[in-house]
Amino acid sequence: MNSRFSFSTVIWREIWQRKSRLISGLLTITLGIAVIVGIESVTTVSKQLVAKKLDLLGANILVLPQAASVDDYYSADIDAPTFPEEYVERIATSMLPGVDNLSPKLSRRIKVSGYPIVLTGIMPSNELASKPIWQASGLMAADLKLACATSSNPSGTTRLDPSLKRATVDSLAATDVWVGSMVAERLKLTTGGTVTLEGKEFKVVHVLPETGTVDDNRIFAHLHSVQQLLGTGAQTSAIEIMGCCSAISDGLLGKLRNILPDTRITTINSIVNTQIETNKLMSKVSLILLVIIVVVGSIAIGNYMWANVEERRKEIGTLITIGFTRGRIYRLFLTKSLILGIVGGTLGYVLGTFAAMILGPQLAGLAISPIPIYLLWSLIVASTIALLGSWYPVYRAARLDPALIMQET
Amino acid sequence: MFTLENLTKIYRHRSEEVHALDKITMEIAQGSFVVVTGGSGSGKTTLLLTLGGIIHPTSGSLHVKGANLYDYSSNQLASYRNRTVGFVLQTFNLVPYLTALENVMVPMLLNRNMKEEPQNRAAKLLDQLGLSSRQHFLPRELSIGQQQRVAIARALANDPDVILADEPTGNLDPTLSLEILKILKDLNQKEGRTIIMVTHSPAAAEFGTRTFRLDEGRLVA
Ligand SMILES: Nc1ncnc2c1ncn2[C@@H]1O[C@H](COP(=O)(O)OP(=O)(O)OP(=O)(O)O)[C@@H](O)[C@H]1O
Ligand SMILES: [Mg+2]
Repeated sequence: MNSRFSFSTVIWREIWQRKSRLISGLLTITLGIAVIVGIESVTTVSKQLVAKKLDLLGANILVLPQAASVDDYYSADIDAPTFPEEYVERIATSMLPGVDNLSPKLSRRIKVSGYPIVLTGIMPSNELASKPIWQASGLMAADLKLACATSSNPSGTTRLDPSLKRATVDSLAATDVWVGSMVAERLKLTTGGTVTLEGKEFKVVHVLPETGTVDDNRIFAHLHSVQQLLGTGAQTSAIEIMGCCSAISDGLLGKLRNILPDTRITTINSIVNTQIETNKLMSKVSLILLVIIVVVGSIAIGNYMWANVEERRKEIGTLITIGFTRGRIYRLFLTKSLILGIVGGTLGYVLGTFAAMILGPQLAGLAISPIPIYLLWSLIVASTIALLGSWYPVYRAARLDPALIMQET
Repeated sequence: MFTLENLTKIYRHRSEEVHALDKITMEIAQGSFVVVTGGSGSGKTTLLLTLGGIIHPTSGSLHVKGANLYDYSSNQLASYRNRTVGFVLQTFNLVPYLTALENVMVPMLLNRNMKEEPQNRAAKLLDQLGLSSRQHFLPRELSIGQQQRVAIARALANDPDVILADEPTGNLDPTLSLEILKILKDLNQKEGRTIIMVTHSPAAAEFGTRTFRLDEGRLVA
């Protein structure tokens, strides 16, 4: 009893004295907020990931061997079976309208000083197409349809992601490599240094900045160097194609399949779209849930506060005889319900974030980190629920006729 | 102290009218110990709550030290309840989740002109009423007589001129009743406070310096 006795002491004492009754009301807010925060955390990360993938992928059509898995566009080429590099020529010589750029790749998991990395062979741009290979076109998830505009508009090709600097790919010499940020960190590689891959020494000409994708764990070298190194012969594991949207809808995929019957040809849209659709659905679900939770939460809090006011009728009478105004009583109860909102919002945020962090990797394969701004939103939503629900019971408490309460005893 | 003129309170209950107070005219001098008696439903509680600034009369006037009480704003009435009068009621009493000490301190929260440190004053009042060892007890941990003494301490929190007591001994056995009545008598005689006490008990009525009797809302003696 060292802290000063104040109105807040009165409110806290009351809450703690009857905490068991609080639980159902508080639990409704907490769980409600937790569900929304959980869903939103997963969806946000998923959206960011899709945006990042689209941002980093210049191509929008992927040619893979028949047996390849396409679960994840961005890593679909890793350890996929191979097909002849000659396929690139076949597409190029077929003069199909709408094919802007071709980029063959060969990827393999190898170990460098015992550390597993992905070695990816790429082709300098000047050999095959007029445009830089693998341009990062700066696409965002929402701009998916613009893929066409970028490929048909020459100025679009200059929208390179400056951090990637992939435009300089045409200067990649046979013994040069680029290393992803994670590889560089683990193997302590710096620009100008060397790295030994499968017994052959390469010169590190560039350390790529961190992207947060599998690229960080890759080492890029010239396709032909990689083929030689791995002894695969003239094989590739994927061809990325910049295709025009209108050409794709005009049946470009079908034509490509005719030329390359034993491959699997898919569009970035068909893979990433699924994820975008899921994200959209999740956003809708969480909006509907938000409405339900506000309604259900308000009713739960309203119920609790109603019971609380009923139970405290005598006390309200006592407080009036002591000199409380109606305004003071109003404030006493509203502050209490605001505290419930703040506590419920905070607990809900913590619970939801934890659930997302634990379940996200298991259910959605996504690493979730806490999103601090959601704490603010949780507090706003929970306080709104608390005030909305308790407005009427509290109004009634302040309006109670002391003469009536006195007669009850 | 109090001047009542034709003070009337009519309750409208459904279509019936109840004259809880019917044209009461009386004068209550400062420093007196007034006892109000009368049968059940005669209007005693209504009178006390009207004097306490809780029930607004239907008609007539009530002056406190010359000022018409029901001309006060609701904030002024609240501060009148907080500082000028102190209530001691029969059952309707302490805040259940606050300790004895805290209960006595609640009225002081509303008083901006405290001369003493609230906690010291509350402890002193409890001590005065023989409860110094019960400061941190919750009401339910106290006997009924002790609870009533805490209520008296709380009524005295802001050093009021008037104590309004509604059957303060109604729930107590004769020994405890006597104890409470003695406390009230001391507050009247030693501290000069005006006491207005409603009671059914003829023994309690003995303590008053003046007795009013109500019957169906009318002053009969
Ligand atoms: N809020 C109210 N609404 C309607 N009628 C009321 C109300 N309060 C009191 N009354 C009526 O007014 C009359 C006087 O009531 P009051 O409580 O003043 O009596 P009392 O003398 O204190 O009775 P008791 O000795 O039983 O406490 C009673 O008939 C009661 O029914
Ligand atoms: Mg009564």
